[in-house]
Amino acid sequence: MKASAFSYERATSVGNALELLAAHGDRAKVLSGGQSLMPAMNLRLISPELIVDIGELTELRGIAVKGGLLTIGALTRHVELQRSPDIAAHAPLLVEAIAHVAHPAIRNRGTIGGSLAHADPASELPACMVALDATIVIRGSNGERRIPAADFFKGIYETDLSAQELLVAVELPVMRTNGAHFFCEFARRHGDYAIAGLAAQAIAAGGVFSDLRMAYFAVGDRPVLARAASRLVGVAVTPAVLSEASAGLAEELDPQEDQQASASMRRHLAKVLMARCVAALLGRPDLNAGRPG
Amino acid sequence: MTAPIAISLDVNGERFDAHVPPRLNLADFLRDQLQLTGTHVGCEHGVCGACTVRLNGEIVRSCLMLAVQAHGASVQTIEGLSDSGEVTDLQAAFRDRNALQCGYCTPGMLMAAQDLLKQQPAPNREQIREHLSGNYCRCTGYQAIVDAVETTARIRRGSRS
Repeated sequence: MKASAFSYERATSVGNALELLAAHGDRAKVLSGGQSLMPAMNLRLISPELIVDIGELTELRGIAVKGGLLTIGALTRHVELQRSPDIAAHAPLLVEAIAHVAHPAIRNRGTIGGSLAHADPASELPACMVALDATIVIRGSNGERRIPAADFFKGIYETDLSAQELLVAVELPVMRTNGAHFFCEFARRHGDYAIAGLAAQAIAAGGVFSDLRMAYFAVGDRPVLARAASRLVGVAVTPAVLSEASAGLAEELDPQEDQQASASMRRHLAKVLMARCVAALLGRPDLNAGRPG
Repeated sequence: MTAPIAISLDVNGERFDAHVPPRLNLADFLRDQLQLTGTHVGCEHGVCGACTVRLNGEIVRSCLMLAVQAHGASVQTIEGLSDSGEVTDLQAAFRDRNALQCGYCTPGMLMAAQDLLKQQPAPNREQIREHLSGNYCRCTGYQAIVDAVETTARIRRGSRS
């Protein structure tokens, strides 16, 4: 199908975009790369009256590292994340995750800000932001505010952003000493939305985690930071410890059922991912040898 | 407000000035206003890849872009790649290997395959499959397409050395 008719404004600055959003509120939609918005409009899932195109706002583009903080502008495209030496050095989890985001032609247009603001619970980048403990930088007419990624995602396509605000950047702590990451997802076809996926960031030394953030996607209405991961921190991970954490994970998850998978299949896949993740991060293939849980 | 907006863009090396309604996507603009019907429209939500074109040298989905967003850009369609001879060998390999039947996906396939070969002169079959993973073909089962891309890569490498 084709999108229904709308008016179009090409924002000339962040200030100008905010003025347009203040005037039109939720009758307007922000267009950045359009790789989530355009399908939704073509399918007539949404029919905004006004499109505010922020694609020309070069001030929202780019990647910078300063004082232990990696800042990524909202308009930075997936392909730029994938090729950036700064991302490879300081947030390698993202490089791995991006390879699973759709296909090359989509990654050439799609932006990190667009993906996060869209907040599809099955998409990779929101979970990565939660795993990396990112801060989402939001600008409104009253100035800027910062919110932890774990509090930003509220539900399916729902975030803390109001209709008058713009997501302008994300800030990530650079990877610490002994930092390690893991990314894996199950999908029907490479690049499709995940059936279940896991993005994890850890600090491990001597076979013991001192920090482990496991952010699941496609198993809830938003990225889920597994509380059960705490059972794996500060202890020698044995099959019994892992099995207990795995049982805890299955209990805390409340996955949806759809045409791709049942809730119990998603729960099972989440446990498989946990075992793979822990085995990979600790270099302990024995922990992934048996069936989980 | 939903009135046509003036755009100016370069398509296959030729400058075009037009007035387009905001809702018009780039694929429909190319097909209906410029009569460049080699760009195909399949799913209209970015899944099938039939509408793949080059925008400023990079492949994109023309169904997931508004024509107004292409203002000031340089677009290349399959007609451009074909006429310039850039993909002549790839087209021949598709023909030789029967890598198309109905041909609906072929312009998008050629766009994506040529994009890969520009970035990676010696891709293995897995890399070819991954790069073409966003392009659906309902006739061939893909095997012949992968063969054709692999053969073209090999011949291009051979002719350079």
